[in-house]
Amino acid sequence: MLSDRAPWTLRAAALGGLLFLHLPILLIFLYAFTTEERTYQFPPPGLTTQWFAVAWNREDIWPPLWLSLKVAAIATLLAMILGTLVAAAMARAKFFGREQISLLIILPIALPGIITGMSLRSAFAVMDIPFSIWTIMLGHATFCIVIVYNNAVARFRRLSGGILEASADLGANAFQTFRHILLPNLGSALLAGGMLAFALSFDEVIVTTFTAGSGTDAKTLPIWMLDELIRPRQRPVTNVVAILVFAATFFPILAAYYLTRGGGETAGGGK
Amino acid sequence: MTAAVEFRAVSRHFGPIRAVDGVDLTIAEGSFFAMLGPSGSGKTTCLRLISGFEKPTGGVIRIFGEDVSNTPPHLRNVNTVFQDYALFPHMNVRDNVAYGLMVKGTPRARRYAQANEMLALVKLDAYGDRKPAQLSGGQRQRVALARALVNEPRVLLLDEPLGALDLKLREAMQDELKSLQKRLGITFVFVTHDQNEALSMADSLAVFNQGRIAQIGTPQDIYDRPATRFVADFVGSSNVLPPDLTRALGGPAQWASLRPEATRLAATGAITGTVTALRYLGSATRVVLTAQGPGFTGTEIAALVPTGQPLPAEGQTTAIAFDPAALHLMEAP
Amino acid sequence: MTAPAILPARSAADRLTGLFWRKPNLLLILLITPPLLWLGLVYVGSLAALLLQSFYSIDEFSGVVKEEFTLKTYAELFRAQNLDIILRTLLMSAAVTLACAILAFPIAYYAARYAKGRWKAAFYLGVMLPLWSSYLVKVYAWKLILAKEGILSWATDATGTGFLISGLLAIPGLGGSSLSTSYIGTFLVFTYVWLPYMILPMQASLERVPASMLEASADLGATRSQTLRTVVLPLALPGIIAGSIFTFSLTMGDYIIPQIVGNSARFIGLAVYQQQGTAGNIPLAAAFAVVPIVIMVIYLMLAKRAGAFDAL
Repeated sequence: MLSDRAPWTLRAAALGGLLFLHLPILLIFLYAFTTEERTYQFPPPGLTTQWFAVAWNREDIWPPLWLSLKVAAIATLLAMILGTLVAAAMARAKFFGREQISLLIILPIALPGIITGMSLRSAFAVMDIPFSIWTIMLGHATFCIVIVYNNAVARFRRLSGGILEASADLGANAFQTFRHILLPNLGSALLAGGMLAFALSFDEVIVTTFTAGSGTDAKTLPIWMLDELIRPRQRPVTNVVAILVFAATFFPILAAYYLTRGGGETAGGGK
Repeated sequence: MTAAVEFRAVSRHFGPIRAVDGVDLTIAEGSFFAMLGPSGSGKTTCLRLISGFEKPTGGVIRIFGEDVSNTPPHLRNVNTVFQDYALFPHMNVRDNVAYGLMVKGTPRARRYAQANEMLALVKLDAYGDRKPAQLSGGQRQRVALARALVNEPRVLLLDEPLGALDLKLREAMQDELKSLQKRLGITFVFVTHDQNEALSMADSLAVFNQGRIAQIGTPQDIYDRPATRFVADFVGSSNVLPPDLTRALGGPAQWASLRPEATRLAATGAITGTVTALRYLGSATRVVLTAQGPGFTGTEIAALVPTGQPLPAEGQTTAIAFDPAALHLMEAP
Repeated sequence: MTAPAILPARSAADRLTGLFWRKPNLLLILLITPPLLWLGLVYVGSLAALLLQSFYSIDEFSGVVKEEFTLKTYAELFRAQNLDIILRTLLMSAAVTLACAILAFPIAYYAARYAKGRWKAAFYLGVMLPLWSSYLVKVYAWKLILAKEGILSWATDATGTGFLISGLLAIPGLGGSSLSTSYIGTFLVFTYVWLPYMILPMQASLERVPASMLEASADLGATRSQTLRTVVLPLALPGIIAGSIFTFSLTMGDYIIPQIVGNSARFIGLAVYQQQGTAGNIPLAAAFAVVPIVIMVIYLMLAKRAGAFDAL
């Protein structure tokens, strides 16, 4: 009696839900081409591609873009090193405090951004550290560690432990085993983790607002966008930037998914 | 002549668990040595103690006279064929086989030449460019073998390497391994839970039970003259006679073992009983008799009747006769 | 001359490997110290600083932070306007959680029970991509949709359902002059942005319901809706609770969405931001920030009791 075909109401609700998730983003794309620059009028009175050129020429967009890229790059690098180290430690034998460390790794992303942000802000106040690119990067690297860790540890578990032993058995020392066996087999998972970390850092706004300070050179691209959203100037230009931000997060995610598909663990499942 | 491998009072404890408990062992150079036992008996742990992936909690291990207590696995001139083969999935077959040579710094041309030679030896010379995922189980096993042997180790360790193969393939591999070992003259140490395999391939073997060695000897020794009840049970399906029955047959009050194939059925004989089971094995039939007699009623004795000879019916009363020399006395289990 | 049984160590790397073999804990310590130092110093240290700051107070006249232990700042939280903020945040979090649970269920159920093969991957991507898509872009999209001249008004005008919107906006306390400056708007955006966080754990726990159980229920005579109520929902509860942890926690901590889509009423997140910024009252900001931590810890303890962590 229990069929394998869902009742059409369920199917409609499920697909409707999925559409609900995706349609709003498509609107952003649409509005980047509208000729109307002062309101969000629908339907758009006309379509044009001029805003892309305008965005390219605007001076206040490039510095935040570079800053976001720099922070994301450094944070990702740090997260990849630290995340892989701790994944290597955790994937092996059981040891005292293992569960606590697991919790500690996940905490920066489990607690709301405002807590992480405010905590760092408090620390900076207590230790009298001035705001700079490093304070931004400090926060980003911290919550990116868990992203790389999840991917690395999942791949570690999938590695047949035998191949590491086989390598030693055949005469390779630890560094040779790392270089010839571990790295090639871990590689794509690490890359995926790195891409996700990059996307997360590039897009992050809440923690950044607490750790960036108020200088004009402390604006990342999301902060720029936030300012524009609250006090809009040329709205379609904001949309053009939105498309850029979206692409900078969308493509790494997709790439990470394809890199780690085919195993029990898939990138992104640990957010 | 120095023994290839020597264990002196070796133990490996994991807290209260004694995986290996005071083992003494000598493996002669150039022999095919088998370690036989049920799972959990400590044989695999002993193998890993030789390769270095386990460290003993007590005792001394010597390989060709040298104490290896402080030698890590990658510096021991010992190679392993792992149970799941552990081939490197991201390399092709040739690179897999040449790996050991590569990490020791052998230049590419020479190591590929040696790898190809070894692949030819295991009859896989056409497969050098394939990846492990493209090979069958039997082929992977041979790659694992080649990968270990190309390094010319002084001892080759094999951890239940034939377990995943089907019967025909397994028998073919057994022959191949045996002839390979004879040809190369390398000491082989082979772990298995299959006693037929151990008996047919080994020059000498050790039977493990709960972390200890129950008996070491040639296959004939172990089969014909099991030292303990455990060995008699585990190796071949022997009849284990309780002390009362042994005494009734004219011997001392000790446990004894009697191989079913050493017996024959007759109208009258040393042990009388009723036939309770008949099991057809192809080349013979196993006839189980429930013995009748003072002190040993209820003991089951099995006899092996070659196909072609007359069989009794179930429920029939008959007797078992045997050459008294076939009765082998054992220590307590 | 036959080769030796023990090969000589050829390099420092060989000797180091030997050291790691003799003392495996050494390698473990080397691996785990840098990340642990970082997380310990940077993260736990900051949390400690937060807690510390919340016990300081600010001198009302000079605006300088007095670094002495006091409970005065926490007492400030009980002032009417601050309690208001806390309550408002809690209510919004609860509402959003409920809405997410209801909306997520059909998607999660379909994906867990009926989607097979390529459809399953499509659903997986279909939830993953919005989940990881830029947060700001998603919020911005809704600002566009809810704008007075935007697509929603156009759609309701075109279908003659404009009265629904006006009706909603007329609800006292919840409505406002337009969707994008009302609580309803804020609520909609919160629900949209956190929906994927509810779908995933729900789907995970629904996938754990064996099909045989549903068949047994049908076999014993239950209708579809009875099976849903008595078998599926209780088994899916851990997933629902796990998802609710996310939606609740994320809503409590968010201050961007109410700024972009909503009136100027304050939520905890906004209060924290403003107090540490323009007001310079870091202790009060810290105290406010501790509130969600405490709430979430209690929530997590209750959730653990109810078995939600098996779904994570």
